[in-house]
Amino acid sequence: MAKKVAFMQGNEAAAHGALYAGCKFFAGYPITPSTEVAEVMSAELPKVGGKFIQMEDEIGAMSAVIGAALTGAKALTSTSGPGLSLKQEIIGYGCITEVPCVIVNVMRGGPSTGMPTGPSQSDVMCAKWGTHGDHPAICLVPASVQELFEETIRAFNLAEKYRTPVMIMPDEIVGHMRERIVFPEPGEIEVINRTTPSVSPEQYKPYDTKFGDVPPLAAFGSDYRFHVTGLNKMEDGFPTTKASIVQAEEERQVRKVEANADDIIKYEEYMLDDAEVVVVAFGSTSRSARFAVNEARKQGIKAGLFRLITFWPFPEKQILALSKKVKAFITPEMNLGMCTEVVKGCVAGNAPVHGIFRVDGEPINPDQIVDKMKEVK
Amino acid sequence: MAGRYEIRFSGAGGQGLILAGVIMAEAASIYEGIQAVQSQSYGPEARGGASKSEVIISENPIDYPKVTKCDALLALTQEACDKYSHDLKEGGVLLIDSDLIHREPQGNFKVTKFNITNTAKNEIGREIVTNIVALGAMVALTGVVSKENAEKAVLARVPEAFLELNKKAFNLGYEKAMAAKK
Amino acid sequence: MAFDYDKYIRPGKLPHIWCPGCGHGIVMKGLIRAIDALGFEKNNTAIVSGIGCASRLPGYMDCCTLHTAHGRAAAFATGVKMAKPEMNVICVGGDGDGTAIGGNHFIHACRRNINITYIIMNNKIYGMTGGQFSPATPTGAKASTTPYGNPDPPFDIAKLAIGAGATFVARGTAYHATQIDKLIVEAIQHKGFSVVEILDDCPTTYGRRNKYKSVIEMMNELKDIAVPVKAAEKMTPEQLKGKVLTGVLYKEEKPEYTAEYAKVIERAKGAAK
Repeated sequence: MAKKVAFMQGNEAAAHGALYAGCKFFAGYPITPSTEVAEVMSAELPKVGGKFIQMEDEIGAMSAVIGAALTGAKALTSTSGPGLSLKQEIIGYGCITEVPCVIVNVMRGGPSTGMPTGPSQSDVMCAKWGTHGDHPAICLVPASVQELFEETIRAFNLAEKYRTPVMIMPDEIVGHMRERIVFPEPGEIEVINRTTPSVSPEQYKPYDTKFGDVPPLAAFGSDYRFHVTGLNKMEDGFPTTKASIVQAEEERQVRKVEANADDIIKYEEYMLDDAEVVVVAFGSTSRSARFAVNEARKQGIKAGLFRLITFWPFPEKQILALSKKVKAFITPEMNLGMCTEVVKGCVAGNAPVHGIFRVDGEPINPDQIVDKMKEVK
Repeated sequence: MAGRYEIRFSGAGGQGLILAGVIMAEAASIYEGIQAVQSQSYGPEARGGASKSEVIISENPIDYPKVTKCDALLALTQEACDKYSHDLKEGGVLLIDSDLIHREPQGNFKVTKFNITNTAKNEIGREIVTNIVALGAMVALTGVVSKENAEKAVLARVPEAFLELNKKAFNLGYEKAMAAKK
Repeated sequence: MAFDYDKYIRPGKLPHIWCPGCGHGIVMKGLIRAIDALGFEKNNTAIVSGIGCASRLPGYMDCCTLHTAHGRAAAFATGVKMAKPEMNVICVGGDGDGTAIGGNHFIHACRRNINITYIIMNNKIYGMTGGQFSPATPTGAKASTTPYGNPDPPFDIAKLAIGAGATFVARGTAYHATQIDKLIVEAIQHKGFSVVEILDDCPTTYGRRNKYKSVIEMMNELKDIAVPVKAAEKMTPEQLKGKVLTGVLYKEEKPEYTAEYAKVIERAKGAAK
């Protein structure tokens, strides 16, 4: 049987990816340019017995998502810049309580209301540092409609596997552009479900490190009952201020992601074998970069592309290794240097890093990148 | 057509230009079986303002999803024509509404003009199908997708009650453009 | 035989954090008697709170308990209830948590008429942070942030709930302890969003600053100002001055949110066929 093919918008594909992953709950609040995710979920979720609710605000939406996720449901919300700022306190709550959920954040200009209909890539730092306190961060940055679909499934898989909120951040161009998408058959892409307890209800502890850095999570309304709090907690879920426990728990929460970075980090290498000038890019900007690499090669410049698919954890090892054999990095991005600073940190002075920054609501066009390649080669 | 063919539909918000672009891209991607990407930029207004919908069509995978050098431009309003004609290629296709655009961009373009909006309003009887009249004309002028495939894409996108209306609009646009081109 | 509260208290989690003389413990005992009277299974009962002294209540209760962020109890509870409508979902919290930082979630939960019971312990002050004025602090009262007397007028929380669309609203006091469980039972049995406001006392941060000589004086005030709805019907406006109505203040039958959403699911499945 021929696979189902459609010509679809990125945001719609994100919603369909969530459904493929088994998402059964969505809470959101309307915000440009992400609203299509909510619109598709409102139409599709009830067809599969799932629940959609439009909440009174962004904070309420994030709260409802965590509440639903605690009953065992795979839960999703979608938002954009100002909404992401509002959701941050509850994202932190999800991190410390270790509740799996997915946030689709379609990046628009900022800060504040900024440019609601214009593209941007300026929320990537917010994905790691937006909520206060130390916490794990997983952020995916797809570049096409097909990839947004597939990475949304992966976002759910990572959320469930590591018991933590996961962000997927298409820029507005990827969220709103339409491309052909081929839907995988059920079972074709792996879907991971959370690990539930194997011990008896009497023995169950929601943060029992006997089971490793990612303890099993029971569902409210099952045979297990337990306490959940945003306070620093012990393995039984109850609050504590005991220094050694607080230190160990905070370190574990970060470690469960950092120590598994190789499993989470995904990237694409394009023409890197003999590359002297390497573009590090993500989202729609990486498409400009690939175009530019092809143009540059025609002109005799040994250019290559390192395309980030996972932004956090950042592929530090890979960038460091590259930095020892290339002449220069170029980091085009629709912000004023967020990724550039991270890359500079990774290369440790081994090669210069040249940023190309745009925050005027226009994409970085391939010519800008080619010009920079000529300048630095 | 081996390389990229870049088309821009422009006009005011509410004229259905995004849909026109989507249908053009679907005709290429779903019915012709080649590659297409559609993207758009729009202002805060749901109605009015300048709006554009861009379609890149290619036999190869498409990296950059936006127009670099425009091969074909549709302009339905003076504002859109002024704003979006700057990167039209030399020898590129320019289709404008002859009733609404009085200042044409200077350059060596293949200009076609006819009363697009009034064709929809007076000859079809529904101004709302202006975008489909324009789409029919763009299909005729660009030749990047076949008339049959474009018509299939139109009919797959519109509600059943309006199939005939849209079919008529598409064909009239196609014919008028062919006639005006000569 | 004396009522066995231990059946619903988590072993080893007492003593609680509440000060001597605080009414929150009285409310918790009322809630326990109500849950027992209703025969609820602990595994199927979620108790959700925000932040504050009153919001520590779920930690002591042997149910599915969710101590969330400041003000967000109603929103988290909405997620729990939507995802698993068969669960009994009860929110507890204070006046500041529920009607200031959480005011938006509170009024919208009222509007949706989702089948959740929200118990607001109104002690007229932010106790946990040391006695700042709340939206329920009377005008003129002293708080740590109103050293010259409170310039703000207070909310009438029960009226706020009625105005926002809650379909069951009751009020009791920490003094009238034996009435609390009866109000909570009736609230939970009502299908829709129900609010039970319990007028409470905070001797430590409110009483001390506002010239109450003792907890007994604060409790006596609750006794004196409370007028049952029925009794109030026979009283003149003059006689009701300075009094507060108690009992079931409002009740109406309206479509409940999760039941309405079940119809959405039916319609969507029908359309998908």
